[in-house]
Amino acid sequence: MKTIFKLLPLLALPILLFSFQQGGVEAGDTAPAFNLKNIDGEMIALDSYNDKEGVIVIFTCNHCPYAKMYEDRIIAIDKKYASQNWPVIAINPNDPVSYPEDSYKNMKKRAKKKGFTFPYLFDETQEIASAYGALKTPHVYLLKKTDAGFEVVYTGAIDDSPKDASTVEVKYLENAIEAVKAGNTVSPAKTRAIGCGIKWKS
Amino acid sequence: MVSASSDHGIRVYKKYEDFSALLHKNNDTTYVVNFWATWCKPCVEELPYFDQLAEKHKGEKVKVLLVSMDFADQVKGRLKPFIKKKKVQSEVVVFDAPKPNEWIPKIDEKWSGAIPATYIYRGKEHSFYERSFDYETLESVVQPFLKK
Repeated sequence: MKTIFKLLPLLALPILLFSFQQGGVEAGDTAPAFNLKNIDGEMIALDSYNDKEGVIVIFTCNHCPYAKMYEDRIIAIDKKYASQNWPVIAINPNDPVSYPEDSYKNMKKRAKKKGFTFPYLFDETQEIASAYGALKTPHVYLLKKTDAGFEVVYTGAIDDSPKDASTVEVKYLENAIEAVKAGNTVSPAKTRAIGCGIKWKS
Repeated sequence: MVSASSDHGIRVYKKYEDFSALLHKNNDTTYVVNFWATWCKPCVEELPYFDQLAEKHKGEKVKVLLVSMDFADQVKGRLKPFIKKKKVQSEVVVFDAPKPNEWIPKIDEKWSGAIPATYIYRGKEHSFYERSFDYETLESVVQPFLKK
């Protein structure tokens, strides 16, 4: 019995940490499945990408200035990597009650105006953003297809210069994709960037 | 040494090395530093609570600093009119530095970069919150610093 009591705090610790992170995932974890409505009305499931080498999941939205600054770069990344079996899936996790600009109708408008080449899904219940532990927009989760499903290999920023694409020195996301393609370890596997905090429904 | 330029009375920091001094003042005042922006709705909603906190602790050693992540070129056109319209009382500075992935973890290792975020410190003690606050919760996380 003594041993069990000694172990109890150790067992409780990961549970506490887990709840603190709201169930978020990071490099090495299995990617949570999703099945969400695209702007064309069709449902898109992560499972339907099983024939790809990987998927670039980006939590983004219409209203956030940082998300807007990255739209053209996300389109360019999709154009470059979709044909290499690494497509982009964009997901809007915001509550339109808090941000009317992020409504489903406005997602359609924004995607059309910018000429999105990738699905733009609506996480209406915020369950998927919560499962991934997305905290802000934009927030990237790079997923690698393995025999056991999709594995998270990188989380964080697209590159090191949100406000100015011309002064980018390190393309974190592209470097991560190239590392996986070459069979190398992704480094860094986690980066940070200023973004608009996701406002959770109360 | 010029560490920050002034734009219409608001100090603008474009380097983390210069801004960092505001997070490391070594005295017996409790500094409540809130990271926000005019374009961030949850940030704007909680701003009055920071003014309320400063007002409640008037006369005590508490200082609220509102660090705007608004773009440096929007100080005159956007930030100043906002401060006037919303009657923001606490001191506002602008922090607009490149390479966020380098300086975000220097502020706090736990911070992913989402705003609102709040850094509270007194001397070497500090706590950090990547979340929104209501007034009661904000008061409750500041209180432990005042009792020391």
